[in-house]
This record gives sequence, structure tokens and C-alpha cells, in this order.
Amino acid sequence: MTRRLTPSGRVGLVMLGAFVVLGVFGPYLAPYAPDRGDLAERFLHASSSHWLGTDAAGIDTLSQLLYGAREALIISLTVVAISSVLGVLYGTVAGWFGGWVDELAMRIVDVMMAFPGILMNIAIVAAVARPGTGLMIAALCANGWVSYARVARGEVLALRERDFVAAAVALGASNRRVMLRYLVPNVLGPTFVQMAFGFGSVIMVEASLSFLGLGPQLPYTWGAMLVQGTTFIWKMPSYILFPGAAITWVVIGANLLSDGLRDRYDPRRRGRV
Amino acid sequence: MSIGSFLLRRLGSGALAIVGVSILAFAFLHLVPGDPVDQLSGGEATPQQRAKIEHCMGLDRPLEVQFARFLGHIVDGTLGHQCPDPENKPTVAARIAEVLPHTIWLALAGMVVAVVLALPLGVVAAVRRGTWVDTFATVTALSGVSIPIMVLAELGLLVFFVDLGWLPGPTETGPAALILPALAVGTHLMAMLARMTRSSLSEVLGEDYVRTARAKGLGERRVIYLHALRNALLPVITTAGLQFGSLLSGAIIVEKVFDRPGLGTTLLDAILERDYPVVQGCVLVIAVIYVVVNMLVDLAYGIADPRIRRA
Repeated sequence: MTRRLTPSGRVGLVMLGAFVVLGVFGPYLAPYAPDRGDLAERFLHASSSHWLGTDAAGIDTLSQLLYGAREALIISLTVVAISSVLGVLYGTVAGWFGGWVDELAMRIVDVMMAFPGILMNIAIVAAVARPGTGLMIAALCANGWVSYARVARGEVLALRERDFVAAAVALGASNRRVMLRYLVPNVLGPTFVQMAFGFGSVIMVEASLSFLGLGPQLPYTWGAMLVQGTTFIWKMPSYILFPGAAITWVVIGANLLSDGLRDRYDPRRRGRV
Repeated sequence: MSIGSFLLRRLGSGALAIVGVSILAFAFLHLVPGDPVDQLSGGEATPQQRAKIEHCMGLDRPLEVQFARFLGHIVDGTLGHQCPDPENKPTVAARIAEVLPHTIWLALAGMVVAVVLALPLGVVAAVRRGTWVDTFATVTALSGVSIPIMVLAELGLLVFFVDLGWLPGPTETGPAALILPALAVGTHLMAMLARMTRSSLSEVLGEDYVRTARAKGLGERRVIYLHALRNALLPVITTAGLQFGSLLSGAIIVEKVFDRPGLGTTLLDAILERDYPVVQGCVLVIAVIYVVVNMLVDLAYGIADPRIRRA
């Protein structure tokens, strides 16, 4: 394993890093409130007082974007953290015990994967009239853990044949100790790859749900901004570009970092796309 | 593994997935917080109205009876009734059957767009690796997977409908009206397939039999298209098939942007109307299509390539 990230991986890291910094400090940097506008200042184009212009309610677009970054960061961090922990533990248990445990665990995974894309998330948030951030996070975690579980199980199946694991078992280590002390740490590399990728997909799905009117009822999430932009796209087409570019930025950063991390942990794949 | 046992095993796991999907589609209504009757009646119903809705949806019965009723509606092909006034409304299956062809056509058109654009892009990138063409293809592919589908759809609408007037806009019908939605639905898959074609073809081009073909004095074009591409395409075609489901979920979003009838619009309308049997029906139908398509792709691949059966 090499220590250095590929150049494109480093670009991805910087792009994601910028998102995290803006997510943390964005609300302090925002020049205006994200939900109160001046109706006299509707549909303003970029100027020195409103760097990215204003929307239909006269709200400053840059402030909306910065507050939206906080919301996107909270959701993506929480979902990635919960999904990865759940998924890694699930996959490790399935891969380590094997037999019927593995068989059952993988059939459940098959069922979860039988729901294409955002369908399961839609089905979950659809059941309540006004989904909040908490339900959105739960809905994204409901199938978010599956990819981590598959990766972890695959790795554990290979690891369980290795000498250091056999040695730990021979020395009398319990199942719990083998899994937590020897297997999970060795599964972390591929998990990081998946986490970086997960960042991008969570943001994308969250925006899609908000766009479909199924997200938290906040006026300044990036998904809500996309919806807004759609309603007055004929009047001010440039507005939709800002949340669109913000989402694209995070997803590109996540994809580049994920590719870079994969090359770092699996040098055989280097140079492939 | 013989073909027979491979088929049996794959069919078995497909059937199991469909059973699991049915259970989950049923469970969504019961697992999540909130009372569906409140949601349906706006929370202002009289006790009589509540009782009527509860009875219509079967919520006044024990859970196992409700599940049996749900399965019964799958078996009798109605997928349930729309409450609170089931006599005057079509069955869920009838409502879905009316719009399903629109979504299938959109997804298929998206697939055509994806394959037709991805193959040349991937092939050129693989053949001219390391040149500006390769960089262009890689950047295009990366943008394709990273731009949200709704932004893509809106921008397409803005440029080709509003500004240039070349293509029909929302709510219009006819084959030309399918072009923009299909582009929006297919771009994500296009990017994915282009990346795959590039990496798969690059790998195959380094193999011995390709060198042999070149050593025989065959033209480069013949080597690439007749010898290398045929083998390189197998994983690409499989991925395309397996991604059909992602086209379906993309279609949900694109249908909203273009205001097209389809499963997605029906699902979203049903969510807004709190019409749970329709929500469950749509979720079930999309998931079953997905499972069946995946199974068919797997089976076809397993029959075409015996190595897969051993995996």
C-alpha cells in the first residue's frame, strides 16, 4: 500500500474539504438570513451586495447556498457514519460466521438491493406528511448500509483464510475479539473508499428527494433550491445553476477521492477507470 | 454447476427477493411513524369517517389478516383498491397499467441513449489512451455521473426547448417529445458505461490474442471492432442490463420535470394524496420489474459464459 493519494484523489480531497469547511462555517460567513428576503429585491442578478443574486422572495442566494451546505453536511455525515458502522458490522458477522448466518444475511441484502435507487427512500419518507431531517436520515440509512455490508463481507471472506486470523483463533480469541481486533481494522481501507463515494450519493439522493417534494421542509436545502429554481426557470434560468453546481461539486469531489483511495488501497487497479 | 441447477438457483433467489420485496412494501405503511388514516383524512375526520377509511384500508383487522389481504390483492391481480371510495375508482393495478408503458418506453429510450453514446466514447478513450480525447471522454463521463439528473433535465429543457426551440417541451407527446427526457434519464448510465467500456477494452487490447491478431497483419480497425470489442462488451452489456432499475428511478424524477404521465408521477401523486395502496402498488411493481430484469440478465450471462455459473 502506498501512502500517497493520486493527484486526482488529492483534487477530490480538496473539493470535499472545501465542502466540509463551508458546511461548518458557512452560516457564519453568510451575509444574510437564508429564509428572510426583501420583496423589493426579487430576482436580482449578481452584484456587490448580493454576490450570486436573489430569488423570487428576495432572499440572498449565496446565504441560502451556505446554510444549505450545513444541512447537506449534517445529513451526509450522519448517514455515512451510521450506514458504514452498521454495514461493516453486518458484513463482518456474515462473512466470519459463514454458513446459514451468511446465507440468511445475504438473502436480506438481496431483498434490500431489489429496490432500485431511491425507491426505498421514497417509500419511507412517503409515509409521513412532513418528513423532517431525522426521517430523511433514517430513510437514507435504511438502505445505505447495504453497500458497506457487501464490501465488508467480501473482505472478511478473504481475511478469514489468512494466517494471522488462524493464529488468533488458535490462541483462543473469542469471535467478538477476532472480529473487532483483527477483521474490522483490515476492512477499513475498502470501507473508506465506499464512504467517500457514499458522501456524493447521499447528497445526490437527498437533493432528489427534496426535489420530489419529499425532503425536510426547509427553504434553503440544495434540493429545495433546485425546486425553487425550476418554478422560475423561465424568468431567471441562472438560479438553478448554483445549487446544481454545488451538488455536482460535492459529487465530483467524492468520486475523485473515492477513486484515489481505491488506487491507494488496491494498487492493482491503478490507472484503470 | 450445470445449466439446470444454475437456472433453478437463480430463479429461486429471484422468487425469494420478490417475496421479500412484497413484505417490505407491506411493512412501509406500518413501520413508519404517523397514522395513515390521519394523513388520508387530513386529521379532521369524524369518528365515522375514520372508521370508514380504516375499514376500507383493512386497518381495523389484525396485522396478519392485513398481510393476507395484501397478498390476496397481489394474487388476484388488483393490487388493492383506492380508499376511501373504492367502488368509484379503478383498482390499483388498472391505474398502474395505464401509465406503466410510458415509464417503460422512457427507460428503454434512456437505455438506447446511454448505449449509443457510451460505446463510441469508451472505445475512442481506450484506443487513444492518454491523449486529449481520453481526457475529454473521462471528464465527460465524470460530469455525467456527477450532475444531478434534475439539473440535467432542466438545462436540456432550457437550451433545446426554450432557447433553440429544436425539441418539444413538457406535456407534449410523440416520439420527439421523448428525446430530452431520454437524454436526461440515460446520461448517468452513459457515463458509467463509457468508463466501463474504456477500462474493459483497454484490458482486452493488452491480451495475447489481440497481439496475435495484429501479428497476423490484420488492420487495426478489424482488430479493435471484430476481435477486442466483442469480448470487452460482455461486462458492459451485463452492467447495462443490471442498471435498468436505476433508469426506472431516474424516470421518476424526469417524469416530474417534464410533467409526463408514468409510474413516477403516479407514485408522487399518490404520495401527495396519501393513497397508500397506490404507493405500495407502484413500489411493488417497480421492484418486481427490477428483480425480474436482473434475473434475466444474470441468466443470459450465465448461459453465455459458463464461468459465471461457477461463481
